[in-house]
Amino acid sequence: MADHAVPTHAGGEEEPTRRDFIYIATGAVGAVGAAALVWPFIDQMSPAADTLALASSEYDLGQVPEGQQVVIFWRKQPVFIRHRTAAEIAAAQKDDAAPMRDPQTDAQRTVQSNGQAGKAQFLIVQAACTHFGCIPTFGGGSFGGWLCACHGSVYDTAARIRSGPAPLNLVLPPYVYSSDTVVKIG
Amino acid sequence: MSGPSTYEPKTGIERWLDQRLPVLRMMHDSFVDYPTPRNLNYFWTFGAILMLCLVVQIVTGIVMAMHYTPSITEAFSSIQRLKRDVPFGWLIQNIHATGSSMFFLAVYIHMFRGLYYGSYKAPREVLWILGVVIYLLMMATAFLGYVLPWGQMSFWGATVITNFFSAIPVVGVPVKEWLMGGFAIDNPTLNRFFSLHYLLPFVIFGVVILHVWALHVTGQNNPDGIEVKDKSDTVAFTPYATIKDFFATAVFMIMFAAFVFYLPDALGHPDNYIPADPLKTPPHIVPEWYLLPFYAILRAIDFAIGPISAKLGGLILMVGAIAVLVVLPWLDTSKVRSMRYRPVARQFFLVFVLVCLALGWCGAQSPDKVVWQAGEFSIAGSYAAGAAGEQKLTATGNTLEEVEKTFGKQLAGAIASNGAGTLTKTVVTPFQFKVTQFSQLLTLYYFAFFLLILPILGLRETPGRVPETIAKAIGAKRAAATERGA
Amino acid sequence: MVRGFFIAAVVALAPFAAHAQEARHPHPEHWSFSGPFGTFDQGAVQRGFQVYKEVCAACHTMDHLTYRHLGEKGGPFVASGKWNAASGGWEEIHLGPPHHGGRFVPPTDNPFVRAIAESYEITEVDPTTGEEITRKGRSADRFVSPYSNPYQAKAVHGVAPPDLSVITKARHDGANYVHAILTGYTDAPEGEVAPGGATNLSYNSYFAGGWISMPPQLTPDRVTYSDGTAATPDQMARDVVTFLAWASEPKQIERKKTGMMVLIYLSILAGLLYAAYRQVWRDVKH
Repeated sequence: MADHAVPTHAGGEEEPTRRDFIYIATGAVGAVGAAALVWPFIDQMSPAADTLALASSEYDLGQVPEGQQVVIFWRKQPVFIRHRTAAEIAAAQKDDAAPMRDPQTDAQRTVQSNGQAGKAQFLIVQAACTHFGCIPTFGGGSFGGWLCACHGSVYDTAARIRSGPAPLNLVLPPYVYSSDTVVKIG
Repeated sequence: MSGPSTYEPKTGIERWLDQRLPVLRMMHDSFVDYPTPRNLNYFWTFGAILMLCLVVQIVTGIVMAMHYTPSITEAFSSIQRLKRDVPFGWLIQNIHATGSSMFFLAVYIHMFRGLYYGSYKAPREVLWILGVVIYLLMMATAFLGYVLPWGQMSFWGATVITNFFSAIPVVGVPVKEWLMGGFAIDNPTLNRFFSLHYLLPFVIFGVVILHVWALHVTGQNNPDGIEVKDKSDTVAFTPYATIKDFFATAVFMIMFAAFVFYLPDALGHPDNYIPADPLKTPPHIVPEWYLLPFYAILRAIDFAIGPISAKLGGLILMVGAIAVLVVLPWLDTSKVRSMRYRPVARQFFLVFVLVCLALGWCGAQSPDKVVWQAGEFSIAGSYAAGAAGEQKLTATGNTLEEVEKTFGKQLAGAIASNGAGTLTKTVVTPFQFKVTQFSQLLTLYYFAFFLLILPILGLRETPGRVPETIAKAIGAKRAAATERGA
Repeated sequence: MVRGFFIAAVVALAPFAAHAQEARHPHPEHWSFSGPFGTFDQGAVQRGFQVYKEVCAACHTMDHLTYRHLGEKGGPFVASGKWNAASGGWEEIHLGPPHHGGRFVPPTDNPFVRAIAESYEITEVDPTTGEEITRKGRSADRFVSPYSNPYQAKAVHGVAPPDLSVITKARHDGANYVHAILTGYTDAPEGEVAPGGATNLSYNSYFAGGWISMPPQLTPDRVTYSDGTAATPDQMARDVVTFLAWASEPKQIERKKTGMMVLIYLSILAGLLYAAYRQVWRDVKH
């Protein structure tokens, strides 16, 4: 400290305590305020109300011919709706007991979000590879299902991960059948 | 930066860093052990308050840019989405919009403080000029930002201000079209304005660093305008100035918060809640309050001077009103720095402040508004019994107040007696003093203050006795206070 | 009957004839939402929405509102209930903010909001067939516009009716102004005719220029309130203004409540800083 015109506080015994209390209280109150102020600036980046409220999608399954799939949008993410052939279903069910990275039976892959069984011929999965999010293409790989061209993950006809770097099966979006032919996603 | 550094690294890491990048030493010398005159009053806390304003604007601005869409079809609704749907978006938008007004309020106090206490005088000319540069950048930034919400005032404000350039002979129109990126304010304009609005605050930040650097070379001025003689005139910046700045900033924030939470629209204009319509100009277009004095100067010139058209003349004066601040350090001839010891200059300064406020008032009024009138007018009025409870007054060619003032009492009596009739009043020799003329008078004083009063007064006035040191000034002040108390 | 009067004053020597007529200043009304502690009378906002829906929405858009906004916190149709984790659904849903262990029902699940949204038909293009289809409204949809394109409003009415999303902010003294316009229709003063003799304009002394494109709307019992409130013109005007004031800034109650805490906090901080300042400067003459 330079020799400014300020007397140093030699103070008595009682004095510094009161002084310190004011400084500590001020500092503490200031710190609490600063911390509270930070929150709005963090939270503003969370999904906004309009994003959260994005409507659920209803889809008429009659539009998907057997052996074909469509990609629809749900919460701005692509979702596969695949109308599986009997051979595809059989292939998937045959492997139910096979060793897998993320073991699930074919029935668990077509279940509705309310816990009731779905329809075996319709596989509804989010189209993002669980590795780094690319969209896999159907008809690649050695399991008759999907191949993700980005890093070589291979999914079977129930969209279960069978080889390659992806850790998990393709994710099921929440859906229920609102009628025999209409599915409501979200 | 006056005197040798007193920084002593305490830990090994600090020592290591100090030998490689003495940034801690710089902070220490600038904001901790920096000698500060001990007679500074609260007007000297506005530097810290302005720093707060700049940081608040930059932080909230960066956040808003995450949600804003610079497109003429999306801009207005993206702001509405920010205010309605984004978590805390309403808060951040209110802070940013109110913050611009707070920033200018603080900068005006800071500037008037500099004017009053002679902070622009040698050796602080560069410090002052850097301040003027910051002020100019602030005005540009504020203008660009006001366009972004794409309301009616945004659009028409941008139209008017870009048209300033068309006043420049020969190159004016091409320059205007270059600025707008088209023949009218449109999507390209909005996009470039957004880009520049994001850029300029960082330029301001850079110039602020130079401003603080220049300040720390010359040292702060003080209310007595006496240079620091020795260490007994100063206190350390920390904790003395720091704690005072913190306190003043907290008080400022109370006012800031009062506007943000209770009067968020008070400083704006309702028309900016109407989406921009290039086919319809609002009836009264006004800039934001902080630009009103200059707007009044611009409009004051409604006559051509030789080859200079009224349009160009207004523009020249408006630019001149700021340019004159740049040369102010050489216009003021007084040997005495602070107006505390210049009783005559103080009176002129007070009038100058009032003139600036009055110019602001003029800027908000319709130029045809009558401020004062002498003589009387020929007024023919008729009245009749109207619909139930209907008390409608109409005025043709003049304001309603004038008609009411002219006929008010007479009318009540006349209606009580017969309910219908005509009133006429014919007087001659009217003299009307309108806002335009008032603005001209005020503009005249504005320039006279800098170009005539300060140069001449400095040579002719007899200043008060200036104490030799800050310590003596404080002693004299205290003695006077004691005497008053006794 | 109160006797009224009218003057036409001609200023003979005035060199200009601008601003032919100045609008009357609206009468300052009392509003539930005004002042630093004001909150919305939710009954009035609900009734006001009904007036908007049944009267205003025939001509006015409200582009920045979605149906879900009605059910967000502070909205007129906010609902609360008990979440049943087992069935994955809401139970005991009722209008109003939560109390006694209830929880706020998110607007997408809010049955009142869904019912309102579903009462509208939305026209859109089916992305798979490329054909125009209509479907029931959803809570995330924007308030349906009465026009099929942006040019229709002006083409139909001559002047495009203003969007009402932020109308109380887009006019000076907004709430009072809108109330005054809605209730301020009178016969034109004797001898005064609409510009160009237009017959499709109505006289309203609160409107700048006096002649407004919107005909008087709020005739007695124009709507039927389900809560039994008498639908007088003034009542409907007050209700719809309250709704529009809410719609202009749905977060305004949150804003004022937050402001109170911030101001209290800053006052305490300023007080402490002042004490600290006095303490620091205690022995310095200045």
